[in-house]
Amino acid sequence: MKVLKIATAGSVDDGKSTLIGRLLYDTKSLTDDKLEAIERSSKQKGYDYLDFSLATDGLVAEREQGITIDVAHIYFSTATKSYIIADTPGHVEYTRNMVTGASTSQAAIILIDARHGVIEQTYRHFFINNLLRVKDVIVAVNKMDLVDFSEERYNEIKADFQKVVDKSDYEDQNITFIPVSALKGDNVVKKSESMTWYNGQSLIEHLEELDTDDIYNKGITRFPVQYVIRPKTEEYHDFRGYAGKLYGGDLKVGDDVVILPSQTKSKIKDIYFYDKKYQSAARRSSVTVTLEDDVNVSRGDMIVRVGEVPTIDKRFTATVSWMDNKNLQPGSKYVLQHGVNKVLAKVSAIHNKINPDYSGIEEGVDSLKMNDIASISFQLNKPIFFDAFKEHRTNGSFILIDPQSNNTVGVGFIEK
Amino acid sequence: MTDKLYINQLENEAIYIMREVAAQFEKPVLLFSGGKDSITLVRLAQKAFYPSKIPFPLMHIDTGHNFPETIEFRDRLVKELGVELIVRNVQDSIDQGKVKEESGRYSSRNMLQTTTLLDAIEEFKFDACIGGARRDEEKARAKERIFSVRDDFGQWDEKNQRPELFDMLNGEIDFGQNVRVFPISNWTELDVWTYIENEELEIPSIYFAHKRNVFLRDGLIWSASEHVYKDEEEKVEERMVRFRTVGDMSCTAAVDSYAETISQVVAEIRDSSISERGARIDDKRSEAAMEERKQQGYF
Repeated sequence: MKVLKIATAGSVDDGKSTLIGRLLYDTKSLTDDKLEAIERSSKQKGYDYLDFSLATDGLVAEREQGITIDVAHIYFSTATKSYIIADTPGHVEYTRNMVTGASTSQAAIILIDARHGVIEQTYRHFFINNLLRVKDVIVAVNKMDLVDFSEERYNEIKADFQKVVDKSDYEDQNITFIPVSALKGDNVVKKSESMTWYNGQSLIEHLEELDTDDIYNKGITRFPVQYVIRPKTEEYHDFRGYAGKLYGGDLKVGDDVVILPSQTKSKIKDIYFYDKKYQSAARRSSVTVTLEDDVNVSRGDMIVRVGEVPTIDKRFTATVSWMDNKNLQPGSKYVLQHGVNKVLAKVSAIHNKINPDYSGIEEGVDSLKMNDIASISFQLNKPIFFDAFKEHRTNGSFILIDPQSNNTVGVGFIEK
Repeated sequence: MTDKLYINQLENEAIYIMREVAAQFEKPVLLFSGGKDSITLVRLAQKAFYPSKIPFPLMHIDTGHNFPETIEFRDRLVKELGVELIVRNVQDSIDQGKVKEESGRYSSRNMLQTTTLLDAIEEFKFDACIGGARRDEEKARAKERIFSVRDDFGQWDEKNQRPELFDMLNGEIDFGQNVRVFPISNWTELDVWTYIENEELEIPSIYFAHKRNVFLRDGLIWSASEHVYKDEEEKVEERMVRFRTVGDMSCTAAVDSYAETISQVVAEIRDSSISERGARIDDKRSEAAMEERKQQGYF
């Protein structure tokens, strides 16, 4: 069974929750008791249809206001895939939730209300999925029932959206358009009978065909050491295992490796997963490795192959998405968490703000507000071992932690 | 590495989370109820640190109304693992006058656990508590983070949660705060059962079909026991049942079942049309039942 994580993005009233509810309903993922609760609640509100949004809007405040205010996770599965949907809210002020949802997703569904077409919000939703290198983007043109299932209207929206896509520099991103009516169920799971002009796949057909392995980012092997395992028992007296999750590529027994930051060379001796030894480990697996030589390795160090050493530097520039009420300013200091490695970071310069509606950049900015995105230079107290985000989604990203509040206040994507 | 392992993405994620807990916190604890989710957590912790022992203790908040089968199972497992087990009793919190026993038809000790749990966290100065909650269980839990910060009063501020980006888990906290950690957040009930089947994990016998004295109330099957309030007109009958969760006896309903093996249970869940928490009496109290309990510090 393959797992596919999908983020959803749409403006208020684009029918995002309804679409998810429809996916659950038509894939028979809603259990009787949940369905009953939806029927009861829809009836109470006097609706003559089933309000599927009730299946996902979890918090009391949301039910009261009828909007989604935080990332919710929804699960369903088909015979071939297990799906995890991160349902993220679409208002302007909640950009941070969209960035969060997209960071753990390999595919995204962007909703457009067919009546309103491409709006400023749509630019923003696409921009974020673009910035975060989400490989597969599905543009669901929703509420087709309210525009008489018009092919002309659909093509108009498609052409407008294409103008945004043309501004993107991420050429490997797959963009797919699907006309749907979440409320009536057209092209979500079942093919629409009202849109015979559409020859493409329904939403679920498209998702089922995605090669999850292909859309997970590949790259160079990076093995950040999370935890050092030293049992100190009689049986494992000299055992020193380096536990971590493998990113980008695989690792094999016998591989010549370099340990960073010490730059010491060694060889992979054994690869353990629980009590069994393996000849190789695949990316995204949580393994424990031992080395041929007795070298000093601790949490935050990184094991890479000889000849594949990343950039090692105390200075770099990154695109930062700011997520805190307290502004970011030049000179501000933060704890920078790069994978499992923590260092201290100082903002050395804010170069320019990037408008997420593709309208260009803004220079001469002296601080960042919540939801702002900008290009920023940092200076660290210790070097980190990084790749550019475009080349390595995991080794090219970091979070910023406010040392006073301990909150995660921003996320960065390393440019160079 | 084998294909089976390669596709087991959920397991790899959970092991990663376990290791982050051990590395980022001074005094973590694994909350163990003897239920299938916490049994799964124990196996994941074993895998994360092998060949070392699990580097933190297990803690059970005992309501005193547990199924005896669960307690027997708990003690056996702890002995096999060679880890420390801490038990704190809700009865003690009642005796100390910190909480008041509920009375009447729907009385349960489930809510009272919160006080005992928060006291134990303070007593041992735990800074991270690993729990088996899953986002698919309930709507409010769908919004829960993997590292979920609680304040000095054990409270959850759902409007002010830390964003969790990529794999990076921020475990920075102030003194007195603690973090609830949910390594199997992204698992579904079926995932847990499939894992138990794959790993051939032993689980308490009440998860399998057995004959039990029960009575019907509100369309749910209640266990007839001294710990469960029952009206005189509610008739006790013997039925083949099993439990889908092993909470407190007063808040866990049984389901009709003939599933006697794990693979039969997996098949039954796959076909089941009632969600797991549909058999949790405590959630039926109101639409927002879980969210309110969570704000007060419930797991």
